[in-house]
Amino acid sequence: MVKLIIPVSKPEEGAAGLTGIWRSFKPIIDQEKCKHCLMCWLYCPEGAIERIGEDKLTVKINYDYCKGCGICADICPFKAITMVREE
Amino acid sequence: MSISIRDLPLEEYVLLGNAACPGCPASIGLRMLGKALEGKFILVVPACCTSIIQGPYPKSAIKVPVLNIAFAASAATASGIRAGFEALGKKDVQVVVWAGDGGTADIGIQALSGAAERNENIIYICYDNEAYMNTGIQRSSATPYGAWTTTTWRGKTEFKKNVPLIMAAHRVPYVATASIAYPLDFIAKVRKAAKINGFKYIHLHAPCPTGWRFPSDKTIEVGRLAVLTGMWVLYEIENGVFRLTGVSKSLLDKSKRKPIEDYLKLQGRFSKISDEQIDLLKRHVDELWMEYKHLMESG
Repeated sequence: MVKLIIPVSKPEEGAAGLTGIWRSFKPIIDQEKCKHCLMCWLYCPEGAIERIGEDKLTVKINYDYCKGCGICADICPFKAITMVREE
Repeated sequence: MSISIRDLPLEEYVLLGNAACPGCPASIGLRMLGKALEGKFILVVPACCTSIIQGPYPKSAIKVPVLNIAFAASAATASGIRAGFEALGKKDVQVVVWAGDGGTADIGIQALSGAAERNENIIYICYDNEAYMNTGIQRSSATPYGAWTTTTWRGKTEFKKNVPLIMAAHRVPYVATASIAYPLDFIAKVRKAAKINGFKYIHLHAPCPTGWRFPSDKTIEVGRLAVLTGMWVLYEIENGVFRLTGVSKSLLDKSKRKPIEDYLKLQGRFSKISDEQIDLLKRHVDELWMEYKHLMESG
């Protein structure tokens, strides 16, 4: 029996695994300080910041895949995101 | 035509859990490319960081069709795909080459120049992280003067090759520069390019934390400083007409630009640069701006 292998990759989440384990610092959003400017969503290299709620203006971080680069905390104009060392 | 963040599509074309380094500028660029063209494109990717970002077989982290191709062949391959699409009557799918600076300025330039000369109907995007990053930070012809790489450990002694102006000399319909630190400007340029028939070239500046030796959270800050210090200039050349865009519009006057040292001191690759080298770099930047000023005035 010959098994045909087609060398085509299929799009799938987690191509390199759960990249959240790479993280040494974790971004925490202070929802009270957040002004919904969406800068963090725009600049997140991973797309790990989700927009939730009815108007899609509340931001939530997907910690399964966030690599902890810290761009969101650096870019936030309202200092609403802080980086906390992972336990 | 201005674009606001809230109007951008929510759909992501770079999937979670890809193999990019934390703080990767190429990921930001790819995400914005996906949002600009709303998934209606096919990517041609030569050997570069993006072939790593995709992840290992049998999974792919990019939601659109990707063709991985040999280093020197990207623009020629894209020309072939476009010819195939024409034969099938497919007009609404863009063929986009997504290549690094090595695959553009060094190894891919003959295929790129050929495709530009034939005025193939493709978009060629070079994301420029200024060295061969995924093979271990070797210098490319797009590495700036004075920068450390593993093959220029005393600082590069040559200046950066100006690929966008080389492409402009081919008299293609559209040439633009962009930066990942100004994604809305980049998206506007990609959307404009998609509407133009013929060869389109966009050079995307992409500060790489791994290779430029700065912390991963400073990607955007370094990108912005490159533009604000005048080290990188945002412009577009549409049918031979040169126009500065975005923040670069206000930087023609030298006094408005931030000192170049602000940009250099954030990066480890410039940690050993001497004052004489900085002076030389400054003179080079001024000369470039003079050239752009001349291009602007000659229209």
